[in-house]
Amino acid sequence: MKLFGYVGGIGVLGPGLNDWPQAAAVLSGHQPYVAAPTILPVPAMLPPAERRRTGRVVKVALAVALEATSNAGANPERMPSVFSSSGSDGHICHEICQALALATREVSPTRFSNSVHNVAAGYWSIATGSMTESNVLCAFDASFVAGLLDAMTQIAVDRQTVLLVAYDTEYPPPLHAKRPIPDALGIAMVLTPERTASSVAGIAVTLTDESADTMADPELEALRLAVPAARSLPLMRLLAGGVAGTVVLDYLDVSRAAVQVQPCV
Amino acid sequence: MNPIQPLLLAEFTSTSCIGTGVAPTLASLVEQRSGLTHCDFETVKIDTHIGEVPGVDAQRLPTLLRIFDCRNNRLAELALRQDGFLDVVDDAAARWGRRRIGVFIGTSTAGIMQTELAYRARDPISGALPRAFEYGTTHNSFSVADYIRRRCRLEGPAVAVSSACASSAKVFGAARRMIESGLIDAALVGGVDSLCLTTLYGFHSLQLSSPAPCRPFDVARDGISIGEAAAFALLERPSEKANGDSILLHGVGESSDAYHMSAPHPEGLGAKRAMQAALDAAALAPGDIDYINLHGTGTPSNDRSESQAVTSIFGPTTPCSSTKGATGHTLGAAGALEAVISALAIRNGFMPGGIQTTRIDPTLTAHYIKENRRAPLRRVLSNSFGFGGTNCSLIFGRAG
Repeated sequence: MKLFGYVGGIGVLGPGLNDWPQAAAVLSGHQPYVAAPTILPVPAMLPPAERRRTGRVVKVALAVALEATSNAGANPERMPSVFSSSGSDGHICHEICQALALATREVSPTRFSNSVHNVAAGYWSIATGSMTESNVLCAFDASFVAGLLDAMTQIAVDRQTVLLVAYDTEYPPPLHAKRPIPDALGIAMVLTPERTASSVAGIAVTLTDESADTMADPELEALRLAVPAARSLPLMRLLAGGVAGTVVLDYLDVSRAAVQVQPCV
Repeated sequence: MNPIQPLLLAEFTSTSCIGTGVAPTLASLVEQRSGLTHCDFETVKIDTHIGEVPGVDAQRLPTLLRIFDCRNNRLAELALRQDGFLDVVDDAAARWGRRRIGVFIGTSTAGIMQTELAYRARDPISGALPRAFEYGTTHNSFSVADYIRRRCRLEGPAVAVSSACASSAKVFGAARRMIESGLIDAALVGGVDSLCLTTLYGFHSLQLSSPAPCRPFDVARDGISIGEAAAFALLERPSEKANGDSILLHGVGESSDAYHMSAPHPEGLGAKRAMQAALDAAALAPGDIDYINLHGTGTPSNDRSESQAVTSIFGPTTPCSSTKGATGHTLGAAGALEAVISALAIRNGFMPGGIQTTRIDPTLTAHYIKENRRAPLRRVLSNSFGFGGTNCSLIFGRAG
């Protein structure tokens, strides 16, 4: 059983990865990977009042979602989306748990509203005016493939263009010691049921028992293992190089996902 | 949206403050009993009512899965043990294969209470959390889906859907797509959300929780009562097992408000869009719906917005009610719990009246019912809406 679709616009942001063109140069070996803290842009697409309330998880998700939809030349207003992340806003979670550990137990109402796992999807909908459906998922370290499978089934069944956004951010101490995600990283792609002018490659996704592919560069491999959204890096490397092939991506303990890539030339 | 292929709701179970398993749940609904009590949860000091499930703390997990131990997974375990549901899943695994059954669980806070407790026990010098605290198998949103797939030994795709209070309605959409795509043949869908300090103090900070038991659609409604629940269903392709009495999932409709993080669209445009999408997916007209189980949280703005949305599609005559006066608002479990309540209403031929409500707000135009009504029901629509402006409507009905 294979799920077919086309990858259109792509967005990438992470440590040492500033956007898709630069990330593609690094992943295809044309530029060395130089690790550096993720630079998160202010989400200019939000009204100023909302902009002030957004944390790092919203910033990274909106940045890559915007890059992907811009690169696809697609209007996000009519596009269903899948947001997949291994956690919600780690800093807000820390602040709430800290407040609840005190006798006063004063939780900030804004922080509570923004503590939901679907905070990025909510702000994306507000920023784009999109009233289409958004599915918000979590599968811990398997979150990237979980999101990819949901997006690919929407394409297969409902024949719709779907925006996939996979992203993770760090927890501050002391939670960081229990969940050591080093920095914010996001990957977004516009997936279409048919080939379009902006299609980068056709993909076919299936479940497999084979083991996941790794990255040759030790620092990129460390990143792949440290951030759930970066489990997509072997696929992004293939898309960046514009070569045909099959990669196996990490998923659950009992299965992985094989992605066959055929570049659109 | 194009019409979807209906799916069979082969079996279902629910555990909430009105019943552990479907028989006591049905009895409570028939007798119009509420499970809400004044809040005495843990160390919480808030003047509010809660819907607490008895026996959660005493529930033990199988030894091999102890690493998942937390209130949320204890509630999941307690609920899985009702109505022979574990056997139902085993039987499905024998028919379809363990790899051909997916797990889709909605939750808003999963086992975050473990982290709340761990923050009270930080090392006084280093600030570190206790060594015994496990994040991935308790606090993380996926922990409950992972617990259930391991407990039921299912090996298909698994995911937690976490879009606030619409989470476990949206699992039906995700499972429907994956079954229809052919990647799986059946799905264990459901929702699990347990009481914790984050939601009790969080909704209190937003002044959205009522000191009294919540009164949806009442002229004096003043907020929600937080509850906890776990509800599960086995969703599969219709087969020879289906007969005229079987319950089918006919439609799923989803939308976003594009309006505000914690307030619904004032005219309920997102809610309207979700209900219309569900009707389109089911290829039904508004007049085909016999009863609507509302989201009906009991906050002034939610009920007003939902009433407008309902009336704009169904007019002022389709009977509707909220069962949250009985169960409380079970947040990420509400969609699945109310899917089970909808299925019970269809199977037993009655519309559950909205209890706790004394005087219906005359400015709300939807046809709200306070008393139970006996009537054969062919199609029921159930609404779930959440923070972030996320909406989901489900349509269930008889196969025959």
